[in-house]
Amino acid sequence: MPWDRNQMAERAAQELEDGMYVNLGIGIPTLVANYVGDKDITLQSENGMLGMGPFPYEGEEDADLINAGKQTITELNRTAYFDSATSFGMIRGGKIAAAILGAMEVAENGDLANWMIPGKLVKGMGGAMDLVAGVRRVIVVMDHTNKHGDSKLLKECTLPLTGAGVVDRIITNLGVLDVVEGGLKIVETADGVTEEDIHAATEATIV
Amino acid sequence: MKKLYDNATTALDGLLHDDILIAAGGFGLCGIPELLLQAIKDSGVKDLTFASNNAGVDDFGIGILLASKQVRKMMSSYVGENAEFMRQYLEGELEVEFNPQGTLAERMRAGGAGIPGFYTKTGVGTQIADGKEHKDFDGETYIMERGIFADLAIIKAWKADETGNLIFRKTARNFNVPAGMCGKVCVAEVEEIVPTGSLDPDGIHLPGIYVHRLIKGDHEKRIEQRTTRKKEAV
Repeated sequence: MPWDRNQMAERAAQELEDGMYVNLGIGIPTLVANYVGDKDITLQSENGMLGMGPFPYEGEEDADLINAGKQTITELNRTAYFDSATSFGMIRGGKIAAAILGAMEVAENGDLANWMIPGKLVKGMGGAMDLVAGVRRVIVVMDHTNKHGDSKLLKECTLPLTGAGVVDRIITNLGVLDVVEGGLKIVETADGVTEEDIHAATEATIV
Repeated sequence: MKKLYDNATTALDGLLHDDILIAAGGFGLCGIPELLLQAIKDSGVKDLTFASNNAGVDDFGIGILLASKQVRKMMSSYVGENAEFMRQYLEGELEVEFNPQGTLAERMRAGGAGIPGFYTKTGVGTQIADGKEHKDFDGETYIMERGIFADLAIIKAWKADETGNLIFRKTARNFNVPAGMCGKVCVAEVEEIVPTGSLDPDGIHLPGIYVHRLIKGDHEKRIEQRTTRKKEAV
């Protein structure tokens, strides 16, 4: 059985180590926070916060306290606030250990596309280009194929890039792959998924 | 020097002209200078360019200036929470220059710090790099981005003293600091003005040297995405 959204998030949480400062993207990456267990992880929100807490209780929402997805959140006893230039200083400066984010396409050389589809509504890249360029380790969590059944792991991205050669590891519903010299390397398969299944679902070169 | 003004309209007196570049603080609807934006709308100036991370929603924030067709160009990282924005953009009525969020913040900070250009690895190998100078440092490629020098900065803070020293609250600080730095003139709206001497000098987020005019007002502080969790039954 391929992994579901929560199992992908649970697997992604295994990438995180005690003491890490981490930025989580929108969608499945947000669920990763549910699976960090007792590891000491500090979440960064690029709108200007380290130490992001859970959603507030009803009636305790604060308009001055939101995450990068513009959702109301809470602070923790370790929280620090700062301005946007400082926030992206720590991102660009390589202070954030890992970013976990979604993608539309990943290429075998680590190119990532997740911000625009030509001809469709373009909303902008937000902080994604800064994150993938600056964070020390970039982990993509996404379905292995799109809704048409086509591979999202490609020889070359067809969509405009968010970053060139930036992805380190890809966690899909079928397993875990690393970007290595010459292509992608299967690190792990989901329960009941074989390496042959991954080969069959992948356009990118698997080495 | 007197920095206190009665309201947003008087605080903007003499500063508004057609075709100027305005840097605005805020992230989403959090920490936006909502009173100054309303006063700019009421003034009727047009062909404005805004350097602002987002473009508000249809009836709040910069969205109200889009509805009245006073904006010619947006320099932003993420837009589209706003139907009128998307309509004008798709019809070609509105020019949009997408900037990576950190690049936009640093362009503002740099402008305020007297730095006309800087190199960043953000966007290298993407269409953002097209037409920009590339330069290698220590074996890695960077692109040059320009500092933003805005004609006017409008920002929103939590508390000010009478000399314009500002304190922001929680994540409402966001772009207000770099936007405030990069304006030739900066006008700040705040929730509370306290007597000079009552703020902790070690706790000032934006020193008053950057802030030329100041108003106190009542803020709606709208929430864009209200997300909550349930209290577990005891």
